[in-house]
This record gives sequence, structure tokens and C-alpha cells, in this order.
Amino acid sequence: MNNLYIRISLRFLILILVQVLLLNNIHFLGNLNPYAYIIFILLLPFETPRAVLLILAFALGLSVDVFSNSLGMHAAACVFAAFFRPGVMRLITSRKEYEPGVEPSITDLGFQWFFMYTLILTGLHHFMLFLLEVFRFSDFFSTLWHSLQNTIFTVFVIILSQYIFYHKK
Amino acid sequence: MRNLFNFFWRHSIILLFILLETFSIILVINNNEYQKSVTFAWTNEQTGKIHSSYNSLWEYFNLKKINKELAAENARYRSLSPSAFLKTDTVVLFKKDTLYRQQYQILSAHVISNTTNISANYLQLDKGKLQGVDKDMAVISPSGVVGIVVNASQNFSWVMSLINKETRISARVKKNGQIGTIAWEGGSYLNAALKDIPTHVRIARGDTIVTSGYSHIFPQGEIIGIIKDVEIKPGEHFYNISVRLGVDFNSLALVYVIKNLLREEQIKLEEAAKNE
Repeated sequence: MNNLYIRISLRFLILILVQVLLLNNIHFLGNLNPYAYIIFILLLPFETPRAVLLILAFALGLSVDVFSNSLGMHAAACVFAAFFRPGVMRLITSRKEYEPGVEPSITDLGFQWFFMYTLILTGLHHFMLFLLEVFRFSDFFSTLWHSLQNTIFTVFVIILSQYIFYHKK
Repeated sequence: MRNLFNFFWRHSIILLFILLETFSIILVINNNEYQKSVTFAWTNEQTGKIHSSYNSLWEYFNLKKINKELAAENARYRSLSPSAFLKTDTVVLFKKDTLYRQQYQILSAHVISNTTNISANYLQLDKGKLQGVDKDMAVISPSGVVGIVVNASQNFSWVMSLINKETRISARVKKNGQIGTIAWEGGSYLNAALKDIPTHVRIARGDTIVTSGYSHIFPQGEIIGIIKDVEIKPGEHFYNISVRLGVDFNSLALVYVIKNLLREEQIKLEEAAKNE
């Protein structure tokens, strides 16, 4: 149990550092940045209480915000995604039962499940993030298009990281 | 109360979500210049719309009052506007009723055309017979004598200017009552000549010249000008006096037309005496 908390805390710190120091500076094709730090929200154990989930997401987003000079935007987007996480989990059923104490992972639940899960939550997060960045509804469809492009990029990075780290383990 | 707590407990996740989102968005707005400016512009616009629609509603309900106020204001401005004033007023200011009988009627008029640079200068006024202006009335301005009405149509009158070579006006040196004649001899519209003042009379620069009232046209004592230059030519019995006119004919706009109500009587008496 202690092992789990330490792992989550370490992951929290490392993901923020990676995001802020590395991923924020990619600027792929000019304006695409993988916001892979939300993998932290994705990988929290199944039975995490919703309130804890929201507060952790807020803390995560706020931490990234502090370093990337966009106070509030990532926090709002993370809370938004975290709020919908249980609903998304219910929406996409797996052949396997969700087991308590287990983190959602590509090895346990299969590529298809994990891909859908990541895609929907990343999409929600990015949509909220870019909406706040543009901060108006008049360019709604260009905002949507931009967040879609970025979502694909982020999902790609997240899936890749899953294969890299979980195979090593 | 318990129900309320129950409600909050049941919806605690949504409330927490809303709380965190609200807090985040407040952070966004307060800490990011662009978002702050957009928010400010938007709220400004919305409050502006609300204010203006409230205002138009208020104005609609107060139209009657506003109309009344506007009408009153219009009337006030009209009464202040000199042109409107002059067009509507007909007659009459009193002048000199020491006999308990009005001798002079005064009408205000606007100069609508004027010349100063030829030898026969005339003015046109915007008042005519309908407003009571007729031939042989005096025209003065606040700064001095202007001329004599020589012709009047229904709504306009034609004034022979003081700076017309034909004009002769009976004048008086104010300090000693010496009578002379003012005539303009061409040249500058600022000066005229005072003639027929004999050389034994003491005259100096700066003396005031006024109308004598002998012509039955001008009232007595209207300012014509002040003496600018005095000289005596050898062998002559009269001074050559140059008078600086009181009126600046080039900027003349507002004048008064003076009607001598007793002129008929005076002329009749004069002619009766001549015929005898």
C-alpha cells in the first residue's frame, strides 16, 4: 500500500518535470505539444475516490501551470478530464473486470480499451485547455480542430510511453 | 437543514468539480493578460448592453417628460439666438419721452449687404416697410451713426452709408456745441471730414463729435466719432477737421433703425414758416 503512494507521488513529480522541461518545448509542426502529463490522471487506481481524483488533478494541473506561465488553464482542463474519468470507464467496457488496487494499464486491459480511454479523456482535457487558451467561442471549430490534432499527438506519446515503461518492468 | 446537508453530500463531487473549475477559471482570468482583457471586454460589452437597454426602456417611459424638457430647451435657445430674436421682434424701444410723448421708435435690424470700398457705399437691412422701416429714418449702431434709409421695400431697406460721398449729416462738437457737417470725402472708411467749423472756435484732437438733431432724422447726441486731426489752411475761415468714425463699417452687423415720430409735424411747421 505504501509502495503505491510512493509510486504515485514520484510519478506526479517526474511527470511534471518531464512535461515542463521537455514536452512543453517540442512545438511539433509549430503549435503541437504533447501534454502527456495527464497520464497521471489516467493511471490512478480504479477505486480512487472521485473527490481525491479531482483534487489530485487540480494539483497536477496547477503545478504544470505554475511552470508554464498559464495559471489556471491546465488546472481547469485536468479537473475537467478527471471529473469524466469514471463515466468514461463505465462507457467503455472491458472483457476484464476492473480490479481494486490495480492501475489501468495497456498490459492488463488491452490496447483497444486503453486507446479509447486515453483518446476520450485526452480529448476532453485538450478541448478544455484550448478553449481556455483561445478564450472565445467565435473560433469554436478551429479550436476543436486544433485540440483534435493535439489529442492525436498526445495519445501517440502516451501509448508509446506505455509500451516503453511497461515492457521494461 | 438535514435535507440540505444531504443534498450537498449527495452532490459533493459535482460541487467539488464546480468549485475547482471556478477557481481555475478565476485563476486564468486573473493571471493571464490576454484572457483578462477578453473577459473585461466581454463583461464591459454585456453591462453596456444591459445599461443601454435599461436606458432606452427608461427613456421610453419618460418620453413625454423628455419631450417637454427638450421643447423648453429649444425655446430657450431660440430666445437666446440673436437672429431669431431680431426676426420676430417688431418695434419698439422707447427713447426720450421727457415730453411724456414718444418721439423716437427704435427697431433692430441686421445688415445683409454692405460695401466700404467704393465712393457710393450703401447698406441693405433685413427690415422693410412691413416692419416699419421707411425712407428718411436714421440708422445707428451701438458705436455710432451708420447712415440714412433712402429706400424701403416690403421686407428690406436700402441705407445710404455715412461713408458715401453724397451723405451730409449735421454734427455738433460735444464740448462746446459748435455745429458743423459731417461728410465723407473718399479714402479710408475709418475717417470722415467735419466741415463748417469756424477757425475762431477752439478745437482739439480727441473732441467728441455727436449728431445735432437739426435734420429731424437723427436724435440729438448720437456719437459720430472723435477728432483725429485738425488743420487750418492759409486764407480759409474754416478748419479742415478729420474725424475718426466710431463705427467700423467693415464689420457692421447689427444696427438700429430710428423713426422720428414727430418728424411730419416738424417738417410741416418748417414749410408753413417758409411759405409765409
